[in-house]
Amino acid sequence: MKQAVDVTQLKVDPQTSRLITAEAPRKISDFDKNALEEALKIRESLGGEVVTVTATAEEAKTTIREALAMGADKAYIIKDPAIAKIDTLTTARILAEAVKKLGEFDLVLCGEASIDSFSGQVASRLAEILNIPQLTSAEKMTVENGEVKVERALEDRYETVKAKMPALVSVTRGINQPRIPSLMAIMKASKKEIVEWNLQELGFTPEKLDASNMTVEVLDVSAPKVERKKIFVKGETAAETAEKLVEALLQEGVVGR
Amino acid sequence: MSEYEGVWVFSENQPLMLELLGKGREIADKLQTELTAIVLGSGVKEKAEEAVNYGADKVYVVDDPKLETFQAERYLSALASLTSQYKPETFLIGSTKDGKALAARLATRLNTGCVTDCLQIEVTSEKGLTARKIVYGGNAIATITWRTKPQIATVPPRTFEKPEFKERKGQIIQVEAELEEPQTEKVEVKPLEVSQVKIEEADVIVSCGRGFEKKEDLALAEELAKVLNAQVGCSRPLAEDRKWFSEWIGLSGHKVKPSLYIACGISGVIQHVAGIRDSKIIVAINTDENAPIVEMADYIIVGDIHEMIPAITEAFKKHLSA
Ligand SMILES: Cc1cc2nc3c(=O)[nH]c(=O)nc-3n(C[C@H](O)[C@H](O)[C@H](O)COP(=O)(O)OP(=O)(O)OC[C@H]3O[C@@H](n4cnc5c(N)ncnc54)[C@H](O)[C@@H]3O)c2cc1C
Repeated sequence: MKQAVDVTQLKVDPQTSRLITAEAPRKISDFDKNALEEALKIRESLGGEVVTVTATAEEAKTTIREALAMGADKAYIIKDPAIAKIDTLTTARILAEAVKKLGEFDLVLCGEASIDSFSGQVASRLAEILNIPQLTSAEKMTVENGEVKVERALEDRYETVKAKMPALVSVTRGINQPRIPSLMAIMKASKKEIVEWNLQELGFTPEKLDASNMTVEVLDVSAPKVERKKIFVKGETAAETAEKLVEALLQEGVVGR
Repeated sequence: MSEYEGVWVFSENQPLMLELLGKGREIADKLQTELTAIVLGSGVKEKAEEAVNYGADKVYVVDDPKLETFQAERYLSALASLTSQYKPETFLIGSTKDGKALAARLATRLNTGCVTDCLQIEVTSEKGLTARKIVYGGNAIATITWRTKPQIATVPPRTFEKPEFKERKGQIIQVEAELEEPQTEKVEVKPLEVSQVKIEEADVIVSCGRGFEKKEDLALAEELAKVLNAQVGCSRPLAEDRKWFSEWIGLSGHKVKPSLYIACGISGVIQHVAGIRDSKIIVAINTDENAPIVEMADYIIVGDIHEMIPAITEAFKKHLSA
């Protein structure tokens, strides 16, 4: 589960048009809540244990408590400031090491992308590193007889695909409506365990995390420029207003072609 | 000199592949290198020839009955074996859902970087290849470059123009690739009923938001669309919550780039605006003069859709029939 920037609460530096992300609140990336919800549903019908894994550069315990309140049994947080500047390959490698350290598992569930960086690569890269089957963009999923079956809505077709477990499934926002924890659940969650790991424990040297070892470099993140005319069109009557608009649009050459 | 050279393009979706060839050609020309298309499938001679006629200097073809339809592990192993052998410097992959997962997996096998959903790709003198993509839910655009090769980028449909068809000569080379066995099994495949006309291709769009309270009122927009030979689109709540439409426009929906976009009763929050940014002219009709759409529009009418849309329809009728 990613602790992401709440993208609805971002501010832009008016001078540089750069985005100020430091002050924006953090939350669990929406897609990851869908993944958790799906995991909880599977546990409810088949039993088992649901644990969450988060790699983060910042303090994330408060955010991740919400996952425990929703119903996860235990949370693992890998925290290191270096994680702020790593690429998707390194993120996937870290998560892969964490998954291995956790031991045997049946399913790894991920959101198909994160709300902030929206790269959509970590799930696929993680499954590739773990060398397990991957079922991406799941709109529906069921687990039965050691197999996981998902439905995927693609651009031109609807597919039902299955694979033997252990497997990885990445889910869409449409797969479910994540539950909202009750007050009781929230209180109970405060007693659940959050385990913190550092990167050394997972075998990552500072060198491996150095910017020079990343596969991509983000050069700039700025608000898109808006260059619009912003002309208010107004007449005495609706008909007159409409007439003015139509004349302007004909002038622009964007209609009647 | 780096051992990596040339620009490659691949998409399992042929129309998207042709679009990639346009951008690929531009990059290859700038770097004075070759443009290569990768064609995977069964009996795909025509697709390979088409790639040449749309700009590829060279086409590597893996023709195998096992590649008849898209299968992730088989396609991935074919691409991985080709890239390891021929070492392209840049590899553009079509950003379908399958294409995106494929690109991320390929990049992992090759220990390289991948930038997904690039809206712009440029060769710069200082930084080499750079790409731009939307991040933070449409609030920002990130400019990213690669530090490793091959530089893998995925490109969504309708981002770049399909180049012009020209009878050209190119090398078509059949190659063998060892194909891995699938790890997943397709149980059922149903074609989706895709609307005949794609909203991405519309030249004029009349778009409806929550300002429409009753479904019957959509007739107002349809009437205007008819006069303008336009398509009707909508914001997400009209599709997701009210189910009046099956698709919507915006960050999580379709990205459109019409000459004219008429936003009726749409507030214009960032997630919607992210999908209409490339429109040439944007008109907003909204009762609220402070709605965010105002900042994004070229022409604004502060007014009620029930009154204004019919008035505009009438005015157009008068002008366009004349
Ligand atoms: C992760 C995420 C992704 C999203 N992706 C998308 C997306 O791709 N596309 C998308 O559209 N949304 C998306 N949304 C939803 C988005 O945040 C907004 O909720 C949505 O765009 C609002 O739709 P709207 O403008 O139709 O409705 P509202 O915001 O309710 O706006 C209605 C507007 O109509 C005006 N109005 C009301 N009555 C009238 C009238 N009689 N005449 C004229 N004007 C009137 C009001 O002044 C108001 O401005 C996403 C949200 C999230 C969290």
